[in-house]
Amino acid sequence: MTLELSLNQQPAHSRQGSSIGQPLTRRDGFLKVTGAARYAADNHPAGMLYAVLAVSSIARGRVASLDIEAAKAYEGVVEVMTPQNRPALAVDPDAKHHPFMFRLDLLQNDKVRYANQTIAVVIAQTLEAATEGAALLSPRYEVQPARVGLDGAKSFVPAAVGVGNPAVQHKGDVAAGLDAAATRIEASYETPAQYHNAMEPHAIVAAWDGDRLSIDTPSQGLAMAQGRIAGLFGIAPDNIHIRSPFLGGGFGSKGMISGPQVLGVLAARLVGRPVKLVLRREQMYGPVGHRAPTRQTLRMGMDGEGKLTAIDHHARTASSTFDDFFEPAADASHSLYASPAIATSHEAVRLDTGTPLFMRAPGEATGSIALESAIDEAAEACGMDPLEFRLKNYAEVEPMTGKPFSSKALRECYAQAAKSFGWADRPVEPRLMRDAEGFLTGWGMGTATFPALMFQAEARAVLRSDGSGLMETGAQDMGQGAWTAFAQIAADGLGLDIDRVEFRAGSSDLPNAGIAGGSGHTATAGMAIHNAGAAVIARLADLATGDERSPLYGAGNAGVLARGGRLYRRDDENRSESYADILTRAGLKEVEGSGKSASDPASQEAYAMHAHGAVFAEVKVDPDFGQIRVTRLVGAFAAGRVINPRLVRSQYYGGMIWGVSFALHEEAITDRRSGRRHQINRLRVKQLEPDAHDQHSSRHQRPEPCARRRAARHAARRAA
Amino acid sequence: MNLPITLTINGHRHQLEVDPRLTLLDLLRERLDLTGTKKGCDRGQCGACTVLVDGRRVNSCLALALSHDGADILTIEGVAHGEELHPVQAAFIAHDGFQCGFCTPGQIMSTLGLIAEGQAGDDPERIREAMSGNLCRCAAYGGIVEAILEAQENMAKTDRRTAA
Repeated sequence: MTLELSLNQQPAHSRQGSSIGQPLTRRDGFLKVTGAARYAADNHPAGMLYAVLAVSSIARGRVASLDIEAAKAYEGVVEVMTPQNRPALAVDPDAKHHPFMFRLDLLQNDKVRYANQTIAVVIAQTLEAATEGAALLSPRYEVQPARVGLDGAKSFVPAAVGVGNPAVQHKGDVAAGLDAAATRIEASYETPAQYHNAMEPHAIVAAWDGDRLSIDTPSQGLAMAQGRIAGLFGIAPDNIHIRSPFLGGGFGSKGMISGPQVLGVLAARLVGRPVKLVLRREQMYGPVGHRAPTRQTLRMGMDGEGKLTAIDHHARTASSTFDDFFEPAADASHSLYASPAIATSHEAVRLDTGTPLFMRAPGEATGSIALESAIDEAAEACGMDPLEFRLKNYAEVEPMTGKPFSSKALRECYAQAAKSFGWADRPVEPRLMRDAEGFLTGWGMGTATFPALMFQAEARAVLRSDGSGLMETGAQDMGQGAWTAFAQIAADGLGLDIDRVEFRAGSSDLPNAGIAGGSGHTATAGMAIHNAGAAVIARLADLATGDERSPLYGAGNAGVLARGGRLYRRDDENRSESYADILTRAGLKEVEGSGKSASDPASQEAYAMHAHGAVFAEVKVDPDFGQIRVTRLVGAFAAGRVINPRLVRSQYYGGMIWGVSFALHEEAITDRRSGRRHQINRLRVKQLEPDAHDQHSSRHQRPEPCARRRAARHAARRAA
Repeated sequence: MNLPITLTINGHRHQLEVDPRLTLLDLLRERLDLTGTKKGCDRGQCGACTVLVDGRRVNSCLALALSHDGADILTIEGVAHGEELHPVQAAFIAHDGFQCGFCTPGQIMSTLGLIAEGQAGDDPERIREAMSGNLCRCAAYGGIVEAILEAQENMAKTDRRTAA
């Protein structure tokens, strides 16, 4: 039974021709609207037990005692896993050999280093019994005071921020630029800790069969998860099969395998039976990452015409006491505005929290809130319109490196969004607009940017003698639409109608599709799919053009076109032959090809690659009650080649609404006494219907055949 | 101590012995393999577990199975007729009213309840308010409201109360 196969049998999507660029509805839509899409926690292998985490209620100290007897005595409880009986691991979960290897809490000792850290796992016949058993453990602690807040510890300069970026960088002389400026501003901004809170909590169903391991768990990076688990248990990666056909959202928190997921595997090992472990919502505030808080200070100088003479962007952030991830907030100033002098720097404190992680645009989201707000302050100080000021300081080359952009249509994004929004009528000074009901009305705008990243991927393509095709790659769909967009790329790559293409993904036994993250998955895996299609078509063409009986004989591989299940002579399209006929005559049931993708080092060296966009917002504030309403949001984006405009629209809207939620709703508040997060469930985001436009113009054709569907990054301005 | 109850779920009668602590959600998911109904928060805040109990929208994570003896329950699995989608389901696909799909069963059940209640009409603002118990972290709210408006229009000629 493989659910992914049935994706090809459902007729729920409407076809509007083939294939890339068409607004097809989701191929997985039928499964998702009928409840038939099977997410990790929906699995229930025979003999399965339930594991429930017991988590620490303190942020720092050690577990002094657990009433294991009471838990084990409870009817239905099968086992309690603690540091005393946890199965052995092949490597220390605190070992770290590369920046993508995060330290995990796997009951290696009795230390507590953040609230909601696992201190035991209770395994029982039913969820109710496991939950009761966890409560009966009644832990006692030796408590140490928790270090909380951005001033909660002595700061230091991290060795690197983000993934290997230098913490301190500069070009030009910022001090001289500020000295020479006619106008200067300095402003500080804080962004709070935020949590990914995908709708689907992290979940795992794990089953061992000797040294073979079968896992259902949501993963944004199947091959990395497989490798990490293989390393921890000392088994070959091929012994591990991970299925992740659907993720109920990820946003970065399911990029790396987390501690609780591995604990599910350990629990299954301990009891020798399949185990399901699902995090409770409140247990997600600790072991599965978050967006680190920041405090950022920007200093800018402008000459008499409003041109920047210097940007100094400093960020203070926080990581955990035991691992390194530093939100690269100040790096947002590297790529947006032209300035002869730019300095960026970071410092960090170590707090008693879980380790922060990549969360939807790490660095860009936090950094551009501060940068864009400071740009608005600078515009106001110069008496200029915020858009006019941005155009005055428009970067024709990447400011920090001087490299030309591979493509940049930000000017067009500004123009289109401004026109749609009606920006031209805006009064320059704040607090001048009120609506008919007396609400203060503010208009603001911000620039969106995100690097065009590309990783490595592989795909395998098959053409069959019945005229159908198969494309396989272990891609991950967290909702961005991989099932649909990749099938579209596959159809074009194979020269087939999309209904003749079987597309398999979401499973670790397929070719490595790389990570669904960094807004690079469509470009990366899509390119591998495209190349696999080209490889199998070349083999098919070889068969035809070398066969005297084929109408394509003598055309040469480069002399044929693949379309609608037929090969055509490029110089005479009246001469063609179907795939089925070519394979049947050759006596072959199928022919296979594989493709890889990776970023091109030469173009990486030559160009700065970014997607861009502009977002305009209207915000109303009730002057009596302070209630804020975002009444209009308009975005325009230059995000590269669009594979499926329907899916991309949803990504734009989702990203823009995340921006509203960032600015107005999401703040994880820490209890300073206990180090615990106060509000445990902050899922709510504004229900708002924004307006997004695609801006397709690009001046340099990018050396990639694929789109990047990306989340909008944008700064929401202060209201009114 | 397990206690006996009878439930009608998607038209089928079930005679069950249940732990008094068992929620309706965990009964559906863990005992009856009706896993279309999702557990997002287990505390009534996200709406992913929405089902119709005697035609009324309910967060099944906050409902004890035992206290619903005799109830008639509709879950997402009972909405389509085989391959034929309910107009609400079809509209969610057409308007891309979801991305990851995890909240979608709850959104659709809540929509069915909303339409049966007949309280929102075709006013998007009232629809948003009446759907505010169902969160979507992918933020597909625009598509959801479009889908509800279209489904309501398509269903206008039929009796909305029976359509759900």
